[in-house]
Amino acid sequence: MAYSNKVIDHYENPRNVGSLPKDDANVGTGLVGAPECGDVMKLQVKVNPATGVIDDAKFKTFGCGSAIASSSLATEWLKGKTVEEALAIKNTDIVTELSLPPVKIHCSVLAEDAIKAAIADYKKKQGKETTADTHAQPTA
Amino acid sequence: MSVKLPIYLDYHATTPVDPRVVQAMLPYFTDHFGNAASRNHPFGWEAEEAVEKARKQVADLIGANAKEIVFTSGATESDNLAIKGAAEMYREKGNHIITCVTEHKAVIDTCKRLEKEGFRVTYLPVQKDGRVSLDDLRAAITDKTILITIMAANNEIGVLQPVAEIGAIAKEKGILFHTDAVQAVGKVPFNVNELKVDMASISAHKMYGPKGVGALFVRRRNPRVLLAPLIDGGGHERGMRSGTLNVTGIVGFGKAAELCKQEMESDTKRLSALRDRLNERLHKGLDEIYINGSMEHRLPHNLNISFAYVEGESLLMGINDVAVSSGSACTSASLEPSYVLKALGAGDDLAHSSIRFGLGRWSTEEEVDYVADKLTTVVTRLREMSPLYELAKEGVDLSTMQWQTEGH
Repeated sequence: MAYSNKVIDHYENPRNVGSLPKDDANVGTGLVGAPECGDVMKLQVKVNPATGVIDDAKFKTFGCGSAIASSSLATEWLKGKTVEEALAIKNTDIVTELSLPPVKIHCSVLAEDAIKAAIADYKKKQGKETTADTHAQPTA
Repeated sequence: MSVKLPIYLDYHATTPVDPRVVQAMLPYFTDHFGNAASRNHPFGWEAEEAVEKARKQVADLIGANAKEIVFTSGATESDNLAIKGAAEMYREKGNHIITCVTEHKAVIDTCKRLEKEGFRVTYLPVQKDGRVSLDDLRAAITDKTILITIMAANNEIGVLQPVAEIGAIAKEKGILFHTDAVQAVGKVPFNVNELKVDMASISAHKMYGPKGVGALFVRRRNPRVLLAPLIDGGGHERGMRSGTLNVTGIVGFGKAAELCKQEMESDTKRLSALRDRLNERLHKGLDEIYINGSMEHRLPHNLNISFAYVEGESLLMGINDVAVSSGSACTSASLEPSYVLKALGAGDDLAHSSIRFGLGRWSTEEEVDYVADKLTTVVTRLREMSPLYELAKEGVDLSTMQWQTEGH
């Protein structure tokens, strides 16, 4: 399969790989996907409580090159956005930016899910709008 | 010493044509271009002579009689001819076929088609090591069973099935036994009489011959196997496969078979040492890597490894100067992870993380070292960005996690 140059660039030089302290009240964590499906994304945002702006974003992804690129791009876009602006990021924006082929659209969907899950987690911690908690949790 | 890139370690997919094979083929494109079925002039006689020589060379490689070799367009056709041909011919005797879940699609999909036509097919499971259980096989046999079709060596995990034992059971029960021997013939000793095989599919391009030519061994004596043809026409190949013979391809196939016979022992020795070197080097550099399938009953040039917590396609992207295959869903047309690896019961996540290495006649130590070192670097890098690796290192048991799977 031929990858777009942007996918290759994100794969080779992923932005913002890493983890933020998940117990920090200002950090929201989203963990979406499943190992048996071949894609798992962890995306974290750190929100400045005073301004509501995302100061930092990190990701870790198990998945194909397009999944890695989608989450890498998402963290780039998240930084500097307000929580509400972040929720406006659509998977189709990612598809366009990375020129993802149809078989890879699910990677962008997963990245959008990860953003929403991370922000939902942040809001839950802040005691605001306890939206449905979509991210995975250890059952044990 | 520097290696020439890209490196080809996908010899199960196809092999380059040996230059000695090309030399043998060349005159048959131009000087000796006759139709082997032309009985009344020297052009035809030359072509026929060349085909008969090749038939003997192929037969010799598998311990068969030349008359038992039916040339086809490749092993997919051979599998179709064996299974559909026998099903149609022996339909009055019974309607039950036994095969196995890790067979090549050429066998599985042929069986599925027969199911639509009223045949009953048992797909035997495999054990953890990738082999069928002989007890399962015995239990599956009924008085309606007309055919057992189980491959000699698997194309993904290189696992060798107990062909001789299956052959003995089939013989004892009076059931025909077909084996897709594409990956085994020319690589490991394969004798149709010792193994009690009634039909065997072979392909030239998997053994340093050209693409587009294969053969089906069809036993002529004890028992005499009869097959209904798939293709009707001029009655070539004893009526089992009509169509003008691919003389150049067949000549190349014959030469390739001759070379395999001569060089099998030395190739096996060299390649199994290289394969073990690759395996050891990978194990030295990385933890949590798992070999898929039996190491004991395995082709000498195959290695199939799952690199836990890393997805196969991203792994291939990181080693883009190395040609290998992955069982990952993302690398397959069906977007499903390898059904062969799933059948081993190791879990889909390990299927997504697998790489198949196929070594061959021109693989070198330098190449193997390069690949092992590069993979070690890439796997380490990808694990650093894998949330699964992070969770595992934190002590989370990934199998007890509840994952959000809807919509994927």
